[in-house]
Amino acid sequence: MPDDSITYILLNSCIINNFVLSAFLGICPFLGVSGRFETASRMGLAVTFVMIVSSLCAYALNLVLVSMEMEFLRLICYIAVIASSVQLVEMVLKRYSPALFRALGIFLPLITTNCAILGLVLFQTFKGYNLVQCLAYAIGAGAGFTLALAIMSGLREQLALHDVPSMARGAGLTLMVAGILSLAFMGFAGLGN
Amino acid sequence: MTATGMSESIWPVYTRGLWRENPVFVMQLGMCPTLAVSNSVINSLSMGLATLAVLVASSALVSLMRNVIPKQVRIATYIVIIATFVTVVDYALQAISLDIHKALGAFIQLIVVNCIILGRAEAFASKNSVVRAITDAAGMGLGFTFALICLGAVRELLGNGSLLGFDVFGPQFEPWAIMILPPGGFFVLGAWLLVFAWFKERSARTAARKEPSHAG
Amino acid sequence: MSEQAQSNPLVRRPVAENAAAETRKMILTLSSVAALSGMLIVGVYQYTLPYIEANREAMIEKAVFTVVPGGVQKRAYGFSDGAVIPDPASAGFGERFYAVYGEDRSFLGTALEASAQGYQDTIRILYGYSPEKACVVGMTVLESKETPGLGDKIDLDPVFKANFKALDAAFDSASGKLVHEVTVTGHGKKINPWEIDAISGATISSKAVGAMINRSLQTNLPRLLPHVDALKENTP
Repeated sequence: MPDDSITYILLNSCIINNFVLSAFLGICPFLGVSGRFETASRMGLAVTFVMIVSSLCAYALNLVLVSMEMEFLRLICYIAVIASSVQLVEMVLKRYSPALFRALGIFLPLITTNCAILGLVLFQTFKGYNLVQCLAYAIGAGAGFTLALAIMSGLREQLALHDVPSMARGAGLTLMVAGILSLAFMGFAGLGN
Repeated sequence: MTATGMSESIWPVYTRGLWRENPVFVMQLGMCPTLAVSNSVINSLSMGLATLAVLVASSALVSLMRNVIPKQVRIATYIVIIATFVTVVDYALQAISLDIHKALGAFIQLIVVNCIILGRAEAFASKNSVVRAITDAAGMGLGFTFALICLGAVRELLGNGSLLGFDVFGPQFEPWAIMILPPGGFFVLGAWLLVFAWFKERSARTAARKEPSHAG
Repeated sequence: MSEQAQSNPLVRRPVAENAAAETRKMILTLSSVAALSGMLIVGVYQYTLPYIEANREAMIEKAVFTVVPGGVQKRAYGFSDGAVIPDPASAGFGERFYAVYGEDRSFLGTALEASAQGYQDTIRILYGYSPEKACVVGMTVLESKETPGLGDKIDLDPVFKANFKALDAAFDSASGKLVHEVTVTGHGKKINPWEIDAISGATISSKAVGAMINRSLQTNLPRLLPHVDALKENTP
């Protein structure tokens, strides 16, 4: 499979190089919001949405920056784009889906400092993707993020029912479980060949 | 700021970040770069120092401007300040060594969204004098570097059989490649956190055992 | 607002005027911070640019002289509509190459870029091609995320790299194809000079390297070979 085909980009960003489990992006929400399946899947959806919006905006912005030869302002512009798309998503949700808006609550503004989003727009720039590829990349990355969060929350819901030593309750055990998950995801490498 | 706070010595402000409120081991902030670049000591050290530089510079500037930044746009202002210093560090690192810059990849630019920096700007630098802000930032930055090196040392030693690039175990040693791969990052950080939790629990237990004897 | 007015009786400005003043202050602060940061970034960018370019140059030079042994001087070219243009301003990866010259300014060969999907992610390499010998003469990995201890041997294993010291890449201009396609064989099964001996345990990574060289040769040789004489004369 050629490495710039849409299918491969989707597979790669979602499973082979999963943003959370193999690129270590978005660990904070992964550890913080994966306690319950419901919140985890909602967080995943919100992140996916912001990813798509900011990926497309960042693509357009990068074209402008490159044509003006002002690449050194890229980082500041990207972070501004992300902050405004989070704001945009917030407003749209508030207007059209107040229920989802309330459900996401505090997670929405926190997405601004989620490194998965900035990572996504930086990587798509490094890889030189075109508009369609960027869209595929954002959808794949969002799906991968949601997948990782959903699996993790399922595991943690089960873990909560078990008797573990008191010192292992908390981030230490969560990280160990994440390590095993990451190990499992390594098995997907080579899928594109 | 209370009167006792003003007269408080600067030393605890510094050591707090290093140990008691270590950003990684205790507060569990900035996990993404911690896991991603800690596959060798040299990468950990460079990432730690880059973060330290951004943290100190942005804390100093935020503290300097703390009386002129309007409350409503403070977060936006902090982010602009942080992004500026990250860009500066990014270019400086490229000028110093492209190899290290390549090894750290996008994670240098991702310092912008490291919650430690925004957290310190909001929670400390915006309310304290420049000297105290810089001290706090230096403590936190060194604490972060320390945590990264703790991880990097274990991962490089087991995953590559070397430390700082020098061979430690000799040619007979079969490296545990998994340690420098992503799962190794999760395992080693998880193990460190378990060790810390064990220490905390043990000291809490000793304290609890001592308590009644003091009372009696 | 009302709380503030209650706690401080001196503050009794009309709400509208107060809000306007606040907005002004907000815009003023934000724009001055933005201007300051812009100036700082531009200053640092200007100052570090020569160092960064020198570093990049050194990195490319090292790679180029590794893949074309004996090289001491190089010149960058870009492919453009059947022609080759020296010192291309912006050419994408794989669309540029380096002509390499030896101590006595003699033309030694070219260094070309190639990339393909590896086991974990995209692998990018630089390889040397000598039109004189009709051979690939060297290979180095520019970028890869292959598994440490297995896939990363494509750059570390001297036995694997020996495959590329004289890899037959004879080109038949009549048919516009390689005489023998570059192929990757199982570990220890290499017989012919156009075959690459795969690393045991890293077959996918080895095959990726073989495939990208084969593809790159097939696309680049037809547009490179007609200009070899020009490259020989244009010594730096």
